[in-house]
Amino acid sequence: MIHTTELKEAMRMSTKIQAQREVLLSIRDLHVWYELRRFGFSHIGYVKAVDGVSFEMAQGETVAVVGESGCGKSSLMKTILGINIPTRGELIFEGKNLSKLAGSDLRDYRFDIGYVQQDPYGALPPFMSVQQILEEPLLVSGVKDKEKRMERIHKTMTEVKLHPVEDFLHKFPHMLSGGQQQRVVIARAMILEPKMIVADEPVSMLDASVRVEILKLLRSLQEQHRLSVIYITHDLSTVKYFSERIFVMYAGNLVEKAETRRLLTNPLHPYTLALLAATSDPDAGNADDFKEVPPGEPPSLVNPPKGCRFHPRCAKAIAGLCDEKEPVDFEPEPGHFVACWLYQKESP
Amino acid sequence: MNNLKASFQKILMYPSAIVGVVAILILVAVSIYTMITIPYPEAIRLWRGGEDVWYQNPKFAQPAWVNWFSSKKYSESFAVSSADGEFSKVATPGKDGATTYEMMHEFDFNYDMFPQDMILYLKSSFEVKQPFVSIELITPDERTIRIASFVITDKYTYRFSQDEKLRIKLRTEEIIPALFSNPETGEILKGKYKLIVTGTTFEPESTMDAEFVFHGQVFGLAGTDHARRDLTLPLLWGAPVALAFGLMAAIGTTVLTMIIAAVGTWYSGWVDELIQRITEINLVLPFFALLIMIGTFYSRSIWVILTATILLSIFTGAILGYRAIFLQVKESMYIEAARAYGASNWRIIFRYLIPRMIPLLIPSLVQAVPAFVFLEASLAVIGLGDPVLPTWGKIIQDAQSNGALYKGYYYWILEPAFFLMLTGLAFAVLGFALDRIFNPRLRDV
Repeated sequence: MIHTTELKEAMRMSTKIQAQREVLLSIRDLHVWYELRRFGFSHIGYVKAVDGVSFEMAQGETVAVVGESGCGKSSLMKTILGINIPTRGELIFEGKNLSKLAGSDLRDYRFDIGYVQQDPYGALPPFMSVQQILEEPLLVSGVKDKEKRMERIHKTMTEVKLHPVEDFLHKFPHMLSGGQQQRVVIARAMILEPKMIVADEPVSMLDASVRVEILKLLRSLQEQHRLSVIYITHDLSTVKYFSERIFVMYAGNLVEKAETRRLLTNPLHPYTLALLAATSDPDAGNADDFKEVPPGEPPSLVNPPKGCRFHPRCAKAIAGLCDEKEPVDFEPEPGHFVACWLYQKESP
Repeated sequence: MNNLKASFQKILMYPSAIVGVVAILILVAVSIYTMITIPYPEAIRLWRGGEDVWYQNPKFAQPAWVNWFSSKKYSESFAVSSADGEFSKVATPGKDGATTYEMMHEFDFNYDMFPQDMILYLKSSFEVKQPFVSIELITPDERTIRIASFVITDKYTYRFSQDEKLRIKLRTEEIIPALFSNPETGEILKGKYKLIVTGTTFEPESTMDAEFVFHGQVFGLAGTDHARRDLTLPLLWGAPVALAFGLMAAIGTTVLTMIIAAVGTWYSGWVDELIQRITEINLVLPFFALLIMIGTFYSRSIWVILTATILLSIFTGAILGYRAIFLQVKESMYIEAARAYGASNWRIIFRYLIPRMIPLLIPSLVQAVPAFVFLEASLAVIGLGDPVLPTWGKIIQDAQSNGALYKGYYYWILEPAFFLMLTGLAFAVLGFALDRIFNPRLRDV
């Protein structure tokens, strides 16, 4: 318990910050279910991609959502982007309920959120030049003056360090390197001056050498514009670059929510422990070591296990409890939430 | 769009495509020339005109260039009129207000075949006393044949071949061959012939004019049909009609198919289902038979047929092919990004889905043209062409109904067939080349 004082300090600071910041996005009990049909009409069941997710995000805060493939990260992200419609639950952005928005209000909401995608080449239409790609969001948002559009394009391209701008304006995506393509994607997300950016594994498809560059760029943009960022990844090693909090997602649920440092130093949920253990290790001396990973496969989202969804793979599962009742969020220490029966007694 | 430009430049790598482009450009040039020199109303007037428009032309005459390839020379047609000077006219005043007109025309006859007919059209004005006309023909061997003498009315037509008196006088079965051959040997007599028409009017105010029409066996660049019509008219006018029909049908069909496929794929659900079911039904409908029914019972107007053709061609296999590709494009990340920054459905369909398909659209559009050109011609051949327009298909229909092949008027069918094949071939070779350019995987096949 060497770092207790340190933690307490951090906690105090964070609660202070939280109090100062106003809430930008608040998600309550969000469910995103996809209906399964046979022959196009008969109902079979639902894919419960997001099943009861709640969290709040402040203006200017950066949050990382971590989880393995198929855990519902992308569905959560698309719902936040307004592409998927939530089955149940609320998504409140600046006091407005997304599910009640329609028409132009929904469009205005979309202008407030930037989207940075995983595969920069696929994210750019191959038949458009950089200028056309960046003009599109401006045209959609109704900037009619050509000069104003060009001015915004120049400003944003300079911000994402695509300069000299003229060299890139008339290039097509296939003429750019991966890093440059990702900068165009970021520029497109930034051009409408959004309040929030959703970044879906923005560096996973890039060479290791450009990853840090892009992450630094995102970090500097975030600081400059006081952006809220939702950073979605399965790679914990890039998380610490700029997220304040980490949400660990498993089978459609957020199983652990905590500040980055606290989560990395004091992981509580057995799944988080496993995830951290599996983080890639740059030390070549450990190449032959086998890491301990939880046995089994991630559960089916159509028929998730009863009770805690992690219990079939969990070494610490309590028989009769974990496989019967779904855990609720416990708060073993302030600001650190974990959905696991192991911490039941510690919660006040 | 630079990609598109570069792709078109690759056409230069395919000689066949260059030939196709040149042929298409020639057809377009011919079309523009035709539309300017023979405006539409004029073309319709000429095409529907009867004997009074086309009286100068022989019937069933082959094109004049047949003589270049034939050892026997066919006689060429001509027409001269005293009003425009080629048929020289000398007026000599006589006693009591009478006037004698001497009209003379000398012409070469160096052919191996007799002409079809010779006709003299006489026009005069008089109050009471009818003018008198006598006709003489001076042959190359200096014989003077008195053809006829008669009193004329204000408009009078004299047909050499049908003058019974002349036939008896010449002691022959057929007048024209008798006039142009040596009476002793019966052989064709070549040389300069001179036609002299002497007319006398008996009133001071009277006038007289004559037009001499020589119906040979060959005529002009394209020959004539059963109604003496010059075939250059429908051959020239066939080009704009065929190009317009082919291109409009191809563009209409391809573009609408693509848009409908894109809309169906994008909205999915019942829209997509509906489009697919319509396609399945349409695929089993007999396309040509339906067009024949529309042509027979409703209208043969080219616009009605064009609309019906486009509507029936939209929901075909192509829509399923496009749908398959759109389903793939629909899932692409850039469309997700477009939705995230608030692009509307229609913007996504027209700015993101369809542009992706343009490389596929261009070759299929060009390749679709010949089928529609042939379709229009086929309908015309079976008598369902537009009732007013002169087209290639119409020529073939006329030729067929007049037994052209049976009677040996091959030019009548071969000329429009040549233009149809040229158009079809031009678009086909260009389409093949474009297909290889835009779908590089075909290049090695």
